[in-house]
Amino acid sequence: MTPILEITNLHASIDGTEILKGINLTIQPGEVHAVMGPNGSGKSTLASVLAGREEYTVTEGTVVFHGHDLLDMSPEDRAREGLFLAFQYPVEIPGVSTANFLKSAVNAQRAHRGLSPLEPAEFLALMKERMALVEMNPAFLQRSLNEGFSGGEKKRNEIFQMAMLEPTLAILDETDSGLDIDALRIVANGVNAQRTPHNGMIVITHYQRLLNYIVPDVVHVLWNGRIVRTGGKDLALTLEERGYDWIKTESSVEA
Amino acid sequence: MSEVPDSQHVLDDVVQREYQYGFSSDIEQELLEKGLSEDTVRFISAKKQEPEWMLEWRLEAFRTWQRMKEPTWPNVTYPVIDFQDIIYWAAPKKKEGPASLDEVDPELLATFEKLGIPLDEQKMLTGVAVDAVLDSVSVKTTFQEALKKVGVIFCPMSEAIQEHPDLVRRYLGSVVPVGDNFYAALNSAVFSDGSFVYIPKGVRCPMELSTYFRINARNTGQFERTLIIADEGSYVSYLEGCTAPQRDENQLHAAVVELVAHQDAEIKYSTVQNWYPGDAEGKGGIYNFVTKRGICEGARSKISWTQVETGSAVTWKYPSCVLKGDHSIGEFYSVAVTNHYQQADTGTKMIHIGKNTRSRIVSKGISAGRSQNSYRGLVRMNATATNGWNYSQCDSLLIGDQCGAHTFPYLETANSTATVEHEATTSKIGEDMLFYCNQRGIDTEAAVALIVNGYARDVINQLPMEFAVEAQKLLAISLEGSVG
Ligand SMILES: Nc1ncnc2c1ncn2[C@@H]1O[C@H](COP(=O)(O)OP(=O)(O)O)[C@@H](O)[C@H]1O
Ligand SMILES: [Mg+2]
Repeated sequence: MTPILEITNLHASIDGTEILKGINLTIQPGEVHAVMGPNGSGKSTLASVLAGREEYTVTEGTVVFHGHDLLDMSPEDRAREGLFLAFQYPVEIPGVSTANFLKSAVNAQRAHRGLSPLEPAEFLALMKERMALVEMNPAFLQRSLNEGFSGGEKKRNEIFQMAMLEPTLAILDETDSGLDIDALRIVANGVNAQRTPHNGMIVITHYQRLLNYIVPDVVHVLWNGRIVRTGGKDLALTLEERGYDWIKTESSVEA
Repeated sequence: MSEVPDSQHVLDDVVQREYQYGFSSDIEQELLEKGLSEDTVRFISAKKQEPEWMLEWRLEAFRTWQRMKEPTWPNVTYPVIDFQDIIYWAAPKKKEGPASLDEVDPELLATFEKLGIPLDEQKMLTGVAVDAVLDSVSVKTTFQEALKKVGVIFCPMSEAIQEHPDLVRRYLGSVVPVGDNFYAALNSAVFSDGSFVYIPKGVRCPMELSTYFRINARNTGQFERTLIIADEGSYVSYLEGCTAPQRDENQLHAAVVELVAHQDAEIKYSTVQNWYPGDAEGKGGIYNFVTKRGICEGARSKISWTQVETGSAVTWKYPSCVLKGDHSIGEFYSVAVTNHYQQADTGTKMIHIGKNTRSRIVSKGISAGRSQNSYRGLVRMNATATNGWNYSQCDSLLIGDQCGAHTFPYLETANSTATVEHEATTSKIGEDMLFYCNQRGIDTEAAVALIVNGYARDVINQLPMEFAVEAQKLLAISLEGSVG
């Protein structure tokens, strides 16, 4: 089986500072990988590099996405090929309604696959169905994208967009931050509903809490630009109990 | 969904890279020689077989113009214009004034068809009557008969001078006097054609009225003159569009538009200005020096200006409202886009004279490339403007870091009961926004179009539906290549 994603010895830097220092990670279809780690360890950097942010320079290593060189693709082509990033800090676009934004996104992705744009009625029906997954009010469709949304509403909107775009690889960057327990459950349900045997997910989180709802197949601990521990879902529980210091101490001993 | 314009159409069209109206047509034309003198004025007037009073009016304007100096206060720079190096009269051969469709030169019809303005009433957008002006003359005015039935006069200015001299004499120059400014004086002396509209008392004009201006001839100036009168309790929505061929030399366009709204009348005037802006290196393009002013003469009258300005090399234009009638309302909604080396100095004047007069200004400037975009606006509350109210919002959006955005608000208040509010913002299309769009599969060019249309939404929404879509496309097209 071809893996969805295969990261080998990935090094990346920004403004001359190396942040990722040799990441190895392989995701098979159907798998959910959690990436945990203390603040500043490089989790968002990894997500940004995979999504293709230009500020980062890949200095070494390869990333293969569905058998193709991911690093060679533009950010929009990565998206059109099925990579989705739920942003830690979603941006606001004044005057552009959520519906209009999504229509542009969905139709751009459809065009890439040689499909014609969806009919307005069909599109509206699809949006309403997918919003229901995260219990989002359809009134949000006419509001400017993320403008004046609460932190929780922005995160739900990210997962709603994911549901509309049906990615084969979703990277969720701290989607749990800023959510109260009810919202967390709703968002997690929305994500779980999108798990299939064919797609993969990278769930980035600082806390174990989210992983009670989105149960991962593999847990990685990222620290100082490297994956220093990989284990099953129990690793997250151990981390919760013992904190990151435990890993830090052990890793520095090993290093 | 009630989303006004469908951005998808816009985005689909964005692939077109060049100014798409840059072609020129091979129409047999009668051209006057270059140069400007009293004889030029007499020639134009004679060509149009104008009555004596009209010629006198023009000559008076010409003499006034000769005593005036070109304004230098706008925040734009361009080489000195040689007014003797311009042709002041260019007309398609043989036809004098409008004709029935089968009398119009097929090449002319083809030109307008190519511009998306079919002059065959069967093919037209229903509900829009068009006056098509090519260079110095009106080619065809559609739906004139239908409009006549409700008493609406919609005809070329040259025809109005012949057919409705009383109205023309009463109103021409009543809002923009002959000596108002250098370019208004020049226009008054040599104006060739334009549209005339009169809406009788109590009539709601049953269709959108629209004039499409096309410059075709080389080295000519275009000086159109538009006069719209809305009598008591009437309503009209009018739209003006314009394009010109792509040429290396600059061409001068100096128009005057006058609006008069009587008691309880409303005039909604929209412009989609797309004169040739010059190329990416700043070569060629139209100098667009325009005077537009409306007077709310009667109580509770209303004048609303909406403009989407994407074209021209240099623009100098301040559609204004004189709020004379008590409780009258003035509005100005503007999107001005400049890219490459374009320069725009545009804004409005709201002159509050009557009691309880209200005005609203929404200006959205978008600058890209090495362009310069200035908003210049005056709000004046006269001593008589008890309880006058104005709200101004002036936003600037920058794309890239080599362009400039400037705001020059002027405020004069002589009445302490008046309220004036001004808000201004400057923002940039950030990497974060573009990356977010890219990450959803939207390429950068389409993302800029989407973001800019969102930014301009409050103004675009003021346009009649058919033109809103057109305007969105224009915004997208004029900003192509603005993000590297
Ligand atoms: N422009 C920059 N120059 C140098 N270091 C940076 C820059 N931007 C981010 N970093 C550093 O990169 C590290 C990783 O950040 P990030 O990936 O956001 O961490 P996480 O998401 O795990 O909290 C942090 O130590 C941060 O300070
Ligand atoms: Mg982070």
